[in-house]
Amino acid sequence: MPQKLDYRKETPSQTAGPYVHIGLAPGAAGFDIYGNELGRDIAGPHAPGERIRVEGLVYDGTGAPVKDVLIEVWQADANGIYPHPEDPRYGKVARGFRGWGRVITEFDTGLWGFETIKPGSVMGRNGRLQAPHLNLWIVARGINLGLNTRLYFADEEQANAADPVLNLIEQQHRRATLVASREMRDGKPVYRFDIRLQGENETVFLDV
Amino acid sequence: MKPAEYYQRDRLWQPPQLAPNYKTSVPRSPRQALLSIEQSMSEVTGPVFGHGDIDPIDNDLIKNYAKTGDPIGERIIVHGRVLDENGRPVPNTLVEIWQANAGGRYRHKKDTYLAPIDPNFGGCGRTMTDANGFYFFRTVKPGAYPWRNWVNNWRPAHIHVSVFGSSFSQRLITQMYFEGDPLIAKCPIVTSIPDPKAIEQLIAPLDMNAAIPLDSLAYKFDIILRGRRSTMFENRLEGN
Repeated sequence: MPQKLDYRKETPSQTAGPYVHIGLAPGAAGFDIYGNELGRDIAGPHAPGERIRVEGLVYDGTGAPVKDVLIEVWQADANGIYPHPEDPRYGKVARGFRGWGRVITEFDTGLWGFETIKPGSVMGRNGRLQAPHLNLWIVARGINLGLNTRLYFADEEQANAADPVLNLIEQQHRRATLVASREMRDGKPVYRFDIRLQGENETVFLDV
Repeated sequence: MKPAEYYQRDRLWQPPQLAPNYKTSVPRSPRQALLSIEQSMSEVTGPVFGHGDIDPIDNDLIKNYAKTGDPIGERIIVHGRVLDENGRPVPNTLVEIWQANAGGRYRHKKDTYLAPIDPNFGGCGRTMTDANGFYFFRTVKPGAYPWRNWVNNWRPAHIHVSVFGSSFSQRLITQMYFEGDPLIAKCPIVTSIPDPKAIEQLIAPLDMNAAIPLDSLAYKFDIILRGRRSTMFENRLEGN
């Protein structure tokens, strides 16, 4: 017998269920308990950069909106710096920039949206730049293990064309499922990003 | 040595996205293969929390929503450690929990089960692990409850657990079950996990050593997050 490897196994995931809001956004569940609900302000008031709104719907395989979904966002600041000690430029991250947010839907429609700043390009592997993107993590009833994906920006055509992750998607037409469209509303940029869990134009999900 | 990528997720250990007996997974599971990517700065970083984000009472579900007295139910302590697959503690990480009350009812505007709301029980708590990865909560044991799947499905008593770890790629939500509950083996959500050994990892044993005499029983629940490779021959994550 060889020596035994003594690694542990990752705890198995289970669905966040329909009542995920109780734990992660109790205000949405209908009660007030914490002094500070986490994840409500991604960028903070002082971070420089273009202020944007992002909104969309998550659809299931039948084309119905998923009304009980919860999405977490993780992003870099406008200079592409993550507020985490492992980013080599961590010391220069924008003041008050959190980079992380929790997004919940309107229960009646499933529509979700949040305000943030548009991130800068982020360093990829081996010095290759990645196009500006938001990292998304999606949990809901019926999702056994949180789904990772990325949101890229339609107005970054050149950067998107060179992005190492988008270029990994073998079926070129599927790359568009990760690109949010841009429009101006009352003078402010709004990005639309619909996520399709299954079926026609299924969003590309990532194994990170 | 500098740490590098996180170990890949064992997709044979984790539940598959499509588990037909858990009916809601049928329309909500991707049919296309996931795109496997090499981790970059986007994946090895993640949100950082501090004690300023939460209040000390947040981990005490017996007191954090008490209005006229303590909630009804069996008083329990839930405690354990957050470790990674290398067995190293994960310090200063945020752990959040939520659960039904002792009658199996959630305080949520979408829960319509006939068991009553407990006026003194909110059903959520949060805490940070200490420098050695330890955490604890005080709560009441949640009740089982029926749910619409097959005609007569009941969820085993469970507590939902959300953990961050040190990076966004370690993010995990799971459920903790209680030793000895006969509903565990009958639950289509639990049995979406293919390996019985993996299911055992979600069952917290009764821990009489941590029970408080004449006050509370205790259950121990360790949580394992993805481990990380050490850099022996560096395949660089970032610039030259």
